[in-house]
Amino acid sequence: MGAGRLYAAVAAGGFRRYATYRAATAAGVFTNTVFGLILVCTYRALWDERPHLGGYDQGQAVTYVWLGQAFLSTLAIGGGGVEDELMERIRTGDVAIDLYRPADLQAWWLAADIGRAFFQLLGRGVLPFLFGALCFPAYLPADAGTWAAFLIAVVLAMLVGFGIRYLVALSAFWLLDGTGVAQMAWLLGFFCSGMLLPLNVFPGALGEVVRVLPWSSLLQAPADVLLGRADPLPTYLFQAAWAVVLLGAGRLVQSAATRRVVVQGG
Amino acid sequence: MADVVAGDGFIALERVEKVFEVRRKTGFLKRERREVRAVDALSFTVARGEMVGYIGPNGAGKSTTIKMLTGILTPSGGRLRVAGIDPARERSRLAHRIGVVFGQRTTLWWDLPLIDSYRLAHRMYRIPDARFRQNLDRLVELLELGALLDVPVRQLSLGQRMRGDIAAALLHDPDVLYLDEPTIGLDVVSKAKVREFLKEVNAERGTTVLLTTHDLQDIEQLCSRVMVIDHGRLVYDGSLAGLHEAGESERTLVVDLERELPPVEVPSARVVRVEGPRQWLAFPAGQSAAPLVAHLAARYPLVDLSVREPDIEAVIARMYAEKAVS
Amino acid sequence: MAEGRAERLVAGVRAYRLVAGMWVRSTMAYRASFAMTTFGNFAATFLDFVAIMLMFSRVDALGGWPLPEVAFLYGLSATSFGLADLVIGSMDRLGRRVRDGTLDTLLVRPAPVLAQMAADRFALRRLGRVTQGGLVLGWALARVDIGWTVDRVLLMPVMVVSGCGIFCAVFVAGGAFQFVAQDAAEVQNAFTYGGTTLLQYPPTVFAKELVRGVTFVLPLAFVNWLPASYVLGRPYPLGLPEWTAFTPPLVAVACCALAGLAWRAGLRSYRSTGS
Repeated sequence: MGAGRLYAAVAAGGFRRYATYRAATAAGVFTNTVFGLILVCTYRALWDERPHLGGYDQGQAVTYVWLGQAFLSTLAIGGGGVEDELMERIRTGDVAIDLYRPADLQAWWLAADIGRAFFQLLGRGVLPFLFGALCFPAYLPADAGTWAAFLIAVVLAMLVGFGIRYLVALSAFWLLDGTGVAQMAWLLGFFCSGMLLPLNVFPGALGEVVRVLPWSSLLQAPADVLLGRADPLPTYLFQAAWAVVLLGAGRLVQSAATRRVVVQGG
Repeated sequence: MADVVAGDGFIALERVEKVFEVRRKTGFLKRERREVRAVDALSFTVARGEMVGYIGPNGAGKSTTIKMLTGILTPSGGRLRVAGIDPARERSRLAHRIGVVFGQRTTLWWDLPLIDSYRLAHRMYRIPDARFRQNLDRLVELLELGALLDVPVRQLSLGQRMRGDIAAALLHDPDVLYLDEPTIGLDVVSKAKVREFLKEVNAERGTTVLLTTHDLQDIEQLCSRVMVIDHGRLVYDGSLAGLHEAGESERTLVVDLERELPPVEVPSARVVRVEGPRQWLAFPAGQSAAPLVAHLAARYPLVDLSVREPDIEAVIARMYAEKAVS
Repeated sequence: MAEGRAERLVAGVRAYRLVAGMWVRSTMAYRASFAMTTFGNFAATFLDFVAIMLMFSRVDALGGWPLPEVAFLYGLSATSFGLADLVIGSMDRLGRRVRDGTLDTLLVRPAPVLAQMAADRFALRRLGRVTQGGLVLGWALARVDIGWTVDRVLLMPVMVVSGCGIFCAVFVAGGAFQFVAQDAAEVQNAFTYGGTTLLQYPPTVFAKELVRGVTFVLPLAFVNWLPASYVLGRPYPLGLPEWTAFTPPLVAVACCALAGLAWRAGLRSYRSTGS
């Protein structure tokens, strides 16, 4: 109960912290909108050429583009989540202070990241999405149930996203300068989450592989729920399974890392 | 040197002004524009080779003045010359004549050995080779940097880095050195080293030094002249002793007695606080503490003594209290 | 006057070289990270192109352009942009420098601020992007069917250099904007990274208004769309006369001049407000 309140406060803090950067948020909305515009044009050309590519019609493809722009910063697919700060703290050794806090390291950062993600979703995600939905013939489900199911998938996506990025951040315990790993991770994330191209358009075996990787939980899974292309329950199960695996792996690596810090520090 | 107009100061300000426009949020989407005079009709001159303390409370216009003197900011009005150069118009030419040390921002290269930052200065300032080697040797010796030259800057302590920064600012033989809080955050030993060095440079090369600080001891030990700025105006220009007088500032003698006693009685000092066996005595800053101590030692059972210097904020605050009364 | 300007240019190039050299040495302090980020830079753009290839695994043409011709556009855009990014890519850090006051340390040095800022965080890893762009361009040249003439051959290097110039101008203008809005560095990405992404696809894919915008307002189209259309013998969707394919150098010079003016205005406003 007390712990729950603590992490809620941490999450609220994460939300508020990002809410203070107003100009940066506005700039982000602008940039996401521009990228959405470019992408939507290329997708429409693609779907003109091959209607029903990947099972989407043109309206669904348009919605997919703007969902991607809304999720880019929310799920920190291209970097920019709390992992930057965590890596910096590991590099400077400040993480030792975090370890003495009467709170779990992973849960603490997870809460902070969830707070951040919700702000990015509202502050940076909604506007480009609305712009896209108004200016292009987008597919939008009419029933509230689909939207609710979609939101659950988004929250699960946040957990998976954090799970991946937390592992990346912990690599800094061994490498000191983690920027190289972080960059590789977001590259892979960018490609495998379907930011460049929906995963159901990927051909053959490559498509089959990327669709079972954890990154497909980020954008493809919630998108398919919203676009009515996937049943919510199996989608949740898939996402939750990855969340459990990744967060569990995070715990294991974390305990190895802290043992290392204790040995070094002692 | 030739371009210094005779009779003018080496640094000369004539009714210099700096006005900022501040926009403040007064409500949703409502903004109010307001003009703030950070520096207001400021006039002073500094002669070549002088070492001057430039002090004032935060936001008084200190750093705005320094930024105008270094060519970072353009004045809104008035006339300003440093070594005969108009800083705003000839920023690059001025850069060769001045050295700047920002107390809290290092200009050294974080991941590279200290010597690399000096090599960059060598080339960027086009310092002749012989001159560079000679200056570097001298600075390394005076600032005790010999063992640090090959150490990456990120591994230096704050004091070592400050010494490194000061050396970097002097490699090109500047005529004027601006120091912004050069002893902030340093331990006692490092502070002493930095001050000792600045005295030597001033005496040896005749470098004009303008120093902003919160530490009155910096000024006490280095500067024969102090300028106090507040609300963008010069409110005092003279000796440090005079400043103490003007501010009627007091030093504090902290006395630890053997046991709790009623407030001690001494001429020319008054007890301002008593806490168990410890008592605080205030006495005029211009006066020596020696007779006071002798007087106390003869009459009371002393365990320990220490003297506390007044801080700048207190001195200035008192100066203002004075003015308001008179 | 002209002499003063030439002098400043020489001083700027010299300062740029010095500062860039320092950054190269700095990054070598973390070799593993350097190797990884160089590869990452290459891979980032590589995956970018993979996405386009995946599109073409499902269709034969995009906006009427087959894969080799799209790759031709892609290679030109990526190479020009990669070069500009290498030369001046840290301009988006200006806002941060204004906020934390470190811009002042550049202003007290005897060198043009623009040159120092351009060389800030100079990173050889950005060669990764240039390399990838070059490879795609090479691949495209081997595949496309071009009726090579002297003017078409000459136009190739001119295009890359002019394109780099146009992107440099965008970077500088973005930097100038940050003097006014320090937190809005990301807006710049819309025009730099957004610009190069846009140019990787054929102009026929985009709405006419957008094409008009990047031809007449923000002349990114001169980086590759216009001259490449000429080289490939394709009509440009706006029906401009053929000679416009040879104007990229002029456009680049004009853009750089305008960006230079914007930079001066930005710096002047910083020096008068100290924001």
